[in-house]
Amino acid sequence: MRYALRRLGFFVLTLWAALTINFLLPRLMPGNPALAMMSKFHSAGATPQTLRALETLFGVNNQQGLLTQYFGYLHQMLTGNFGTSLSQYPASVTSVIGSAIWWTLGLVGVTTILAFLLGTGLGIVSAWRRGGKLDSVIPPVFVITSAIPYFWVAMVLVLIFGITLHWFPSQGGYYVTTDTPGLNFTFFQDVLNHAFLPAMALLITTIGTWILTMRNTMITTLAEDYVRMARAKGLPGWRIMLDYAARNAILPNLVGFAMSLGFVVSGAILVEYVFNYPGVGYMLLQAVDGEDYPLMQALFLLITVAVLFAVLAADILTAILDPRTRAAR
Amino acid sequence: MSEGHEILEVSGLSVDYMLPQGSGADIRAVDDVSFTVDRGEFLGIVGESGCGKSTLLFAVAQLLAPPAHLAAGTVKFKGANLVGLTDRQLSAIRWCDLSVVMQSAMNALNPVKSIGAQFKDALQAHGKPSKEEIAARSAAVMRMVGIDPVHLKSYPHQLSGGMRQRSMIAMAMLFTPDLIIMDEPTSALDVVAQRALMLQIKELQQTYGFAVIFVTHDMSLISHFSDRLMVMYAGQIDELGATRTIFARPLHPYTQGLLEAFPSIHGPRVPLKGIPGNPPDLAMIPSGCRFHPRCPHAVERCTVTAPDLYPVDGDLVRCLRRQDGSLSSREEGSLSR
Amino acid sequence: MAMPVSGVPTDGSRAPAAQVPAGHALARIGRAIRSNRKAATGTILLLIFILVALFPGVIAHASPTQDAYPPRLGPSSAHLFGTNAYGQDLFAQVVWGTRNVLIIAFVVGLATTGIAVLIGVAAAYLGGAWDGTLGVLTDVLLVIPLFPLLIIIAAYAHGGTTIVLITAITLTSWSYTARQLRSQALTLRNRDFLEAARVRGERKLYVIVMEVIPTMTSLIVASFLTNALYAVLLSSSLQFIGLGDPNTVSWGTTLYWAENNAALQTGEPLWAIAPGFCIALLGAAFALLNYAFDEIGNPALRPVRRSKRVRRA
Repeated sequence: MRYALRRLGFFVLTLWAALTINFLLPRLMPGNPALAMMSKFHSAGATPQTLRALETLFGVNNQQGLLTQYFGYLHQMLTGNFGTSLSQYPASVTSVIGSAIWWTLGLVGVTTILAFLLGTGLGIVSAWRRGGKLDSVIPPVFVITSAIPYFWVAMVLVLIFGITLHWFPSQGGYYVTTDTPGLNFTFFQDVLNHAFLPAMALLITTIGTWILTMRNTMITTLAEDYVRMARAKGLPGWRIMLDYAARNAILPNLVGFAMSLGFVVSGAILVEYVFNYPGVGYMLLQAVDGEDYPLMQALFLLITVAVLFAVLAADILTAILDPRTRAAR
Repeated sequence: MSEGHEILEVSGLSVDYMLPQGSGADIRAVDDVSFTVDRGEFLGIVGESGCGKSTLLFAVAQLLAPPAHLAAGTVKFKGANLVGLTDRQLSAIRWCDLSVVMQSAMNALNPVKSIGAQFKDALQAHGKPSKEEIAARSAAVMRMVGIDPVHLKSYPHQLSGGMRQRSMIAMAMLFTPDLIIMDEPTSALDVVAQRALMLQIKELQQTYGFAVIFVTHDMSLISHFSDRLMVMYAGQIDELGATRTIFARPLHPYTQGLLEAFPSIHGPRVPLKGIPGNPPDLAMIPSGCRFHPRCPHAVERCTVTAPDLYPVDGDLVRCLRRQDGSLSSREEGSLSR
Repeated sequence: MAMPVSGVPTDGSRAPAAQVPAGHALARIGRAIRSNRKAATGTILLLIFILVALFPGVIAHASPTQDAYPPRLGPSSAHLFGTNAYGQDLFAQVVWGTRNVLIIAFVVGLATTGIAVLIGVAAAYLGGAWDGTLGVLTDVLLVIPLFPLLIIIAAYAHGGTTIVLITAITLTSWSYTARQLRSQALTLRNRDFLEAARVRGERKLYVIVMEVIPTMTSLIVASFLTNALYAVLLSSSLQFIGLGDPNTVSWGTTLYWAENNAALQTGEPLWAIAPGFCIALLGAAFALLNYAFDEIGNPALRPVRRSKRVRRA
């Protein structure tokens, strides 16, 4: 119980830190970037309410003291008022995000799960068969793939499979001109078609770290006495590998895996950019381009919260799987 | 004492540690070790840290892992050579006829499984016992070592050190094997718990008649419990014989040094003597007799010729001067106990 | 940006070198590099890039910025990578861009590692409330996704010059390595040779600087490599999406212009592929070296020699 409370406390603290960073950044940056944005809103004909909400968020033309601004900002954030989008005026930020979030969720979600399962599996087997063919190939190959920039892999895939070979489309989430979103098979097929290359790009770059960290902790675990003991007991190989070694090896990695979600999301931003994939990452970059700060802020907070949730979930999962943490806390 | 034929015959066993390419020759941690164990016999193996005794144990049980590997020799258990068999082939005798108890139960027990689950794994690996049979047997072995079977549900970290060690012994007894190999099972315990555990082991041995190979660095502890004693130094056997005899008149200078390091409660007060120097780095073994740099009785030829294990007075000793009788009691100047 | 590949979870169980002074440790590292294939490859690659960065004029004779040539040429002996849509020589761009990338990599690598050592070791040694506060600060920064944060910072700054990039990346990415260093410093706290120093009467600062830090040399070098790798990937990614200074010559900015001009689609693939490949290569160099250091620090991870057949007696 105390453990769960501590993790929850950390969650809240980090959320607060992210909100505060968000609050301070536009006010600290030289050249008062928000000012330019506000005048754009003015010329777009924004209502006084909209303008006031934006002023609270960014502190422009704000006569109030910093602390008052801060509490006003927090209040707005926590009640879900993220302001109005500039690039998609007059839509509210929340509605704009809502349309993009499913694309990213699908892409990142599926790829992460696949990368995790495949990566962990390969890591386990590779360590189990130390010195085997798999083990001699995996470390060098994946050490290199994990250092390659996401966007370059995306570009190479676009070049080879999209442009040269024409096997998969290299732009967008679906054929906007010919297809309408709906629960029909052709749309579904279209989505998968368009998602394939971006997913591959993400998979190739992220799987490496998971294979390698799993392999490394597995190797350390295999040297433990209880694995030797399991051999001494005459247990079948698969049981030793999974029940005695992997179950212990994966524990320290779980939270790390969750934190790596931050990297996966970062990768998704770049991959979506290259593929013009209509997800949250692409939207963030469009927002930056269009100086749509309300949208940009909200997306940053969204990403942060997603990662935080993942970390919290991993913490809880570790506690459940490891009887020692359950007892200790 | 021995009751007839041998249960274990180790011949010429050598274990090497492989170094990475280009770092030089492999290190020989166990050098040409041969000994036998009779049914029901309690053999103690003593030596300083790094003498190779634990490696020897793992080699006998076929539990070596890279970079250690068995370079030469045979291990005949109940007549069959275990060396070179695959894990699959070994699993038939593993735990059923030969089981292992390790030094630290905290490290030897899977931290994420309950004690009962680990017993179950062992039982299920050798046959298809029913749930009731598993429960009955698990409870029975726990009671054998004096632990309430309710602790089968506990995780290793929830038990005290002594209880953990005893549950390891209980686990080793699941199939009442013919031979149990123990690697310093008492080293992690306090003195009182140590003695209690030893008494328990001896009692079990007498009830169920299994043989024990017991590795320790604690000479005084083993002296009360073992039938025969094997003294190891730098990967080799230096002395092997009946415990009583060795304690009464140790032949090898190293054994003498070990015994003289322990005060006797009954005998006259004598100044304690340690053995000067350190065990050799196995990558740079001394020429001739490995013990000569630290031996108070070493002479010229000890630095040149490496002695064999030679029968002297009912014992086996690895000492040139014992071999040719040139080392007399007068010269030793040591007290007999 | 890739996730850090660590042979060890951040609990500091990487075995530190024995208590040798820093000079010794570096010599050992040098020897270890020569014997490890991954390390050797990584070092060679890195040296090649350093050479190119130091003497770009020798390798590429054309100017990287002047649009003096006919545009959209394919590779030829006059223009090894061809020219881009603006008529600039691509090979020259890539070669001259090396300097910018390496400067960022090394400066950020050193600065970030410096901060990480400071905070990590201080937290371990000051203990108590200090450790708690620094620890929380580190953990919070660890979880907040770096790249989006950098995007926001760069966006408010309307695109960053190299200095801005260096500062922003340094200030945000020290937390992972700080955590690793703190873990290792903690395990060292009670080691015997430190007790000996304390008993000798050495001041705490002396103990930290002269005894602890040299022992952690291998981890510190590995941290530098990790941070340099991050720096390369983060900075080039930022430049790629247009948040660097588009007028500097760098691999990321070349990629930015390539993307802006739809280079892949309009049949000038080399514009995008070449600089990206260099980033990958440099990244691979750092990653290989880092992995080799993992193996050096943790012998259990080293390649295993196959067991010889046992001779039956």
